[in-house]
Amino acid sequence: MKKTILYEDHLRLGAKMVEFAGYEMPIRYTSITDEHLAVRKQAGIFDVSHMGEIHVIGKEATELVNYIFTNNVNSMTANQVLYGMMCYENGGVVDDLLVYKYNDQFYLLVVNASNVDKDFEWIQKQNRFDADVINKSEDISEVALQGPLAEAMLQKATEYDLSGLTFFTFDEMPIFGYDCLVSRTGYTGEDGFEIYGDHDAIRSIFNRLLEDNPELLACGLGCRDTLRFEVALPLYGNELSADITPIEAGLNFAVSFDKNDYIGKSVLERQKRDKPKRRIVGLQLEGKGILRHGYDVYHEDTRVGVITTGYIAPSTNESVALALIDKPYDKMNQELAVEIRNKRVKVKVRSKKFYDKKYHK
Amino acid sequence: MNIPKNLYYTESHEWVRVEDGHAYIGITDYAQDSLGEIVFIELPEENDQLTQFSEFAAIESVKAASDLNSPLSGVILTVNEELEDNPELLNEDPYDNWIIKIEIEDEAELNKLLNAEEYAKVCE
Repeated sequence: MKKTILYEDHLRLGAKMVEFAGYEMPIRYTSITDEHLAVRKQAGIFDVSHMGEIHVIGKEATELVNYIFTNNVNSMTANQVLYGMMCYENGGVVDDLLVYKYNDQFYLLVVNASNVDKDFEWIQKQNRFDADVINKSEDISEVALQGPLAEAMLQKATEYDLSGLTFFTFDEMPIFGYDCLVSRTGYTGEDGFEIYGDHDAIRSIFNRLLEDNPELLACGLGCRDTLRFEVALPLYGNELSADITPIEAGLNFAVSFDKNDYIGKSVLERQKRDKPKRRIVGLQLEGKGILRHGYDVYHEDTRVGVITTGYIAPSTNESVALALIDKPYDKMNQELAVEIRNKRVKVKVRSKKFYDKKYHK
Repeated sequence: MNIPKNLYYTESHEWVRVEDGHAYIGITDYAQDSLGEIVFIELPEENDQLTQFSEFAAIESVKAASDLNSPLSGVILTVNEELEDNPELLNEDPYDNWIIKIEIEDEAELNKLLNAEEYAKVCE
């Protein structure tokens, strides 16, 4: 199994380690709830070095990225970050990713750890352009610093004026003297930064930030999932997959029809026009219990959907879930049932925004 | 890891305390530590008949649901209903907070359980 550069630090900090995407990663150091609430109220730092980084470089780099990506790269300015998906012809999702634009001939694609090899092969296969595709994942480590105190903590480590780094932009800057790429992005619904650098730089930055900031908590993958869930950010393999399109997942904002042909465009355009036959909604459990990924959802005796992610939301203590529900059972306040261990419990369709995002605009 | 000497154990991390022909059943320190914060428990009913090593309850941590298996056969005499509203008690003191008390049906079944030393090896 692979280890990130922070492996020894995780053990020293008392992490419970689990296998994730071929890496031994920390699921939690103390408790998922404590780490979750630290990110909501103070700040947390995550090892996300397992994420994949792919460079697309060359005269037609923009054309290649545009051809494989659902969002509109043409309208991007330098130092901007854009979220979107790579789709198959049928509209199913290869992966969701962030595209970082250095310039018209140089992009960084940040992809899910579990999909790096598949994505790299997919992009190479589509590359009939004058562009090179380079998998940089083994050379780059990454930490995410997230929470309302993130800016103040990172500002102490750099001369760069972070107040000017707006949401979904990035820049190169020294952090504790190490050259890094820093973006104002994250996967928690809070303000924060994702910091990319070489392995030794990231290891020093992770440890220095923790040493210098007693209010900063090391956070594991456990709360990374509960945090993204509460603000309805999708997870590939749950809310998105080869069988679920971005339109069904409610991610229309990340799908552009104002640009030239790209893989999956015609299917997605038709699906948007005709309205998808199912979509991701929020569910609220009325009684006790927890709705888990994979549980079936029923209307009377008909199966009408499946839970994609469910938890007792740590910020609100409500038992809620994201679920992929067939029409017309997706309307607000629709009463449905979920089968938990051979017993049916009552649920109601609700907004999937379980918690309000607090980004730095 | 705390593994009291006077209890019997299962490989699936339940413990048994035998007292006056009755058995108190709970989950081990190792179990609560691996699960993390326990946020929900689905308890059985009094008078339910249990079979050795079959499922009798479910506990859920923030992250996942797991089944609990009864170390012994027998009828449930008492269910610790306090756990329903305070499942975190299982994290705080897993050996003091038993989950069910049963009437032991067949003492010979105790021979199929592990002692503290054997259970410690399971946890390595």
